[in-house]
Amino acid sequence: MESIPIEHGLILAGILFTLGLIGVLTRRNIVFVLMSLEIMLNASGLAFIVASARWGHAEGQVMFLMILTLAAAEVAVGLGLIIQVYRRYQTVDINVLSEMKG
Amino acid sequence: MMLLFYLAAAIAVISTAAVIVQTNIVHALIYLILSLLAVAVIFYVLGAPFAALLEAIVYAGAIMVLFLFVIMMLNLGQHTRDEERSWMTMQVWIAPSIMAAILLAQLVNVLSQYDQELTPVRVGVLEVSALLFGPYVLAVELASILLLAGLVSAYHLAKK
Repeated sequence: MESIPIEHGLILAGILFTLGLIGVLTRRNIVFVLMSLEIMLNASGLAFIVASARWGHAEGQVMFLMILTLAAAEVAVGLGLIIQVYRRYQTVDINVLSEMKG
Repeated sequence: MMLLFYLAAAIAVISTAAVIVQTNIVHALIYLILSLLAVAVIFYVLGAPFAALLEAIVYAGAIMVLFLFVIMMLNLGQHTRDEERSWMTMQVWIAPSIMAAILLAQLVNVLSQYDQELTPVRVGVLEVSALLFGPYVLAVELASILLLAGLVSAYHLAKK
């Protein structure tokens, strides 16, 4: 099989992670923020898979499974919180939540 | 194989960029599913068919359906889209994009010093599950407890 330079895979993971980071920093819709968090988690999983493909080991895939579980649990809790926020404030704007201080 | 990798990588980057600039939330979700499927193709090319399957079934299937259900429940219509358009001003994007670009440049700089090739070797379900139920069995149990906690707290939080 042809070989792929390992840094291309890792740079791809870095680009996806950075795009997710920009999404978290700029969007004000809370659902978009959660989606960007998903992108970031997925990018870190991609980095694990690339590393495990470099060494031909299965450990990276095991770590990807752990990340998958974490993402599923995080989305479930996050979406529950979004539903609750929408019920109380009738909006998905995260800036509205800043009145929750102290 | 190499061509497939770069093609899938380009699709993943473009559709992820489309996710973060979309104003219509359902379109953004469809782009996110496309991006996840492209990443699944990359996993397959890199010799991880089990991870590719899980990416397609769990990420693009189950988690995105959860998002879709919540979008349907919230019933975000035209006025949310107008609100989104009014939030998408240029000055919001400039500072985070510049900082993230600097971080990415540093990352690329560090990573390009590696000069290693990877030749994809197929690591299938057998090797992964032998590890999962061998040395990592405690991690699997902890993951199940995490999922149970997520289930209970999602039920509690979404309750009226």
